[in-house]
Amino acid sequence: MYPDYMAESLRKVVETRPKRLELARKSGPVYPPMDAEERQKVLEGFHPDYEPSARRAVCVGPNKGETLTTEVADLLESHSWLRSEQVDLTKPDIETDVLIIGGGGAGCNAALVAMREHGVRSVIATKLRMGDANTMMSQGGMQAAVSRTDSPTRHYLDAIGGGHFENKPELVKALTEDGPGVVKWLEDLGVVWDKEEDGSMKVMHGGGTSRKRMVSCRDYTGAMIMRTLMDEVRNHPDMIEVKEFMPAVELIMDDKGQCAGAVLYNMDSEEFITVKAKSTIVATGGYGRLHIRGYDTTNHYGATGDGLVMAYRAGAKLMYMDSVQYHPTGVSFPEQIAGFLVTEAIRGAGGQPLNKDGELFVFPREPRDIEASAIIRECVQNGGGVPTPSGRVGVWLDSPLIDMLHGEGYTERHFPAMYRQFIRYGIDITKLPMLIYPSLHYQNGGIEINERCETDLPGLYVAGEASGGLHGRNRLMGNSVLDYNVFGRRAGKYASEYAKSVKLGKLSVAHLDAYEKQLADANVQTDLVTPILLPSYAPKDVKKRQLVRGGNTLPGTSVLQNRLHDDAFSPAGAK
Amino acid sequence: MVNAPAGAKESLSPSQLDGQQDQALGRLITVYIMGKAYEVPAEATIMGAIEYAGHQIIRGAGCREGYCGACATIYRLPGDYKIRTGLACMTMVEEGMTLAQIPSVPAEKAIYDIEKLKPNVTAIQEMYPTVFRCVACNTCTKSCPQGLQVMDYVQAAKRGDIAEVMDLSFDCVVCGLCMLRCPAEITQPLMGIMAKRLYGRYLRKESHELVERVKAVNDGVYEAEYAEMMSMNREALSKRYYARDSE
Repeated sequence: MYPDYMAESLRKVVETRPKRLELARKSGPVYPPMDAEERQKVLEGFHPDYEPSARRAVCVGPNKGETLTTEVADLLESHSWLRSEQVDLTKPDIETDVLIIGGGGAGCNAALVAMREHGVRSVIATKLRMGDANTMMSQGGMQAAVSRTDSPTRHYLDAIGGGHFENKPELVKALTEDGPGVVKWLEDLGVVWDKEEDGSMKVMHGGGTSRKRMVSCRDYTGAMIMRTLMDEVRNHPDMIEVKEFMPAVELIMDDKGQCAGAVLYNMDSEEFITVKAKSTIVATGGYGRLHIRGYDTTNHYGATGDGLVMAYRAGAKLMYMDSVQYHPTGVSFPEQIAGFLVTEAIRGAGGQPLNKDGELFVFPREPRDIEASAIIRECVQNGGGVPTPSGRVGVWLDSPLIDMLHGEGYTERHFPAMYRQFIRYGIDITKLPMLIYPSLHYQNGGIEINERCETDLPGLYVAGEASGGLHGRNRLMGNSVLDYNVFGRRAGKYASEYAKSVKLGKLSVAHLDAYEKQLADANVQTDLVTPILLPSYAPKDVKKRQLVRGGNTLPGTSVLQNRLHDDAFSPAGAK
Repeated sequence: MVNAPAGAKESLSPSQLDGQQDQALGRLITVYIMGKAYEVPAEATIMGAIEYAGHQIIRGAGCREGYCGACATIYRLPGDYKIRTGLACMTMVEEGMTLAQIPSVPAEKAIYDIEKLKPNVTAIQEMYPTVFRCVACNTCTKSCPQGLQVMDYVQAAKRGDIAEVMDLSFDCVVCGLCMLRCPAEITQPLMGIMAKRLYGRYLRKESHELVERVKAVNDGVYEAEYAEMMSMNREALSKRYYARDSE
């Protein structure tokens, strides 16, 4: 339940509701959408990326000199777990055609396409269980231009406008033209899409969409897709070998500069395992667990940007790593679920963000960076936020409107996960609004790819959130679910074709030594060792006592105990 | 098994009670994590409490938001004989709670070719025959942290009602608690996944406009418009974007 002191504000929400309901029933927008100039102003004034300390120049690697998100620069200016002399590459422990790093949506799609369409074997190496990925958590839906009023080219225009015209056009074309085919591919694998009576796809709006384009599986969209893909992967143990709790910690190259596999780390036995592969796909997802700028995150436990740093050390260029997506509607209260995602589909279905006086202050379906910035502005500048007992702040998201607009029972039927999330804490979202605030959600940039998922390094392919270029500096809702399907499939295809012809040379991890030398030359002082693998949420004093063990400041000791950067990576508590 | 297992209480250092973070955390209570006592914030989830105690979870945490089923947990409360179940990320600690996470639930997934199955009772009989061992005790339903009617979908599976299984198991997060508690050793979540796939593959209503759209893309219907937009400069594209109509 909400604390008593919020009652007055809640009363105002109820008071303004009839009028707002009337607005929502009309055809026009309930609040004027911003034009280009207004968008720029709210971004520059209030988006966390624009705070002075949010970005800094990175001083090593392929993007040297470029301004990146500060936490990303920290991540890149770090030591490897390994030095070349520690790794014996004369006899790899595992050999395969395609090594897929990451067992989320992109990785599973790639493995299935490699097997079904190219007869190619693969190994999926993943940090936690297969499916422990942001894929599992997407709620509201996937964009795909499937309705009669829509078209793939209109989807293209929406996506590229949402990304402020900085997206790589060939990637957006690939995304939008493959969209309808992905819906069909998943349906034939057994994904249960929401349908209209006549069998046509049920479509909803998302932020920045000019047509209803969000296809969904209630609000368990990602879970449905992920479980279907995983189940199919597990139907083919002869072709796809799954290595769980075995994250990659470095890529392996050959003496011709081609990517040739990776070194894995067994989380149980703490062994390092070498994998030789003709081609390698990085599908490691994003970095929400770096808690950039101290924000709570919607991301899964393992989202620590591992693929970024591995590929960067090997020489792959990153793109748009100065841009972070804060989801407009993370939970602000109750404390226990702070930062959790409230699906954008709530706004798509008619939910309205309101200030403490129950007044609208933004069009509910602006692109995410704009909507989030407007919410921050309302709280920080206009004092329109509602403070929580733990020192957070939030604005209301008026969910009871949804049943009023679509009929009683709609919310419980279409948003069972959301309903469940809040009712555990005594908040019935069909009767009471949710208190929300932006939450760290998505890595807009990543390792630069082309429409074939190729990178600067021959033999290295990237798909999904780990990649950069597709979304420009702002992704729209539902385009990441489509992203990992489209580009996971493409990575599977092109990595398989490449694997059939490539001749690998002598294996090497000399790039790790070279990178170490760059750090020394640039006079980088850091005790951070990456990939981080898992964040630590132990209280500070516990962490201090954990680090008493001697020799822990150098790489090569236990990965899991050697997390030294406790200040930067402590949990985002009250800001 | 007694409710409150033996184990020295870990007292917290004064520094732990200092600082903003701990002020916000407030009152502490005692819980027993795998038999060992810890003082943890009274308002914590089980997952938060385990981490507050300084454990690094490897198995037992995934999405942390109630979708992935990695954090199945069993627990008892003082003076209560019942074994309770929950997701660690979603369940609050209580004074005297004694708990253990389930790192993995052993279960054999049936290997099948979906193209060779039909959405009927035969598929269930062949792939998950243990379903027919159900004694209708309802333990699965009582153990489901999602509040699903698990036994009802097992019954539906026995009748070959794939649509009903799909609907009732839709929100299953595959934490495995039902199959751990089931006296008939049924693997409900795995059967549920197969049933959902059978529904999606065979029992869905076909979308004709989807089929047409896929064909149009393959026929290159949109190529000219793509080419036009891809050749536009930023200004022209921006103009078109802000002028577009909205549904």
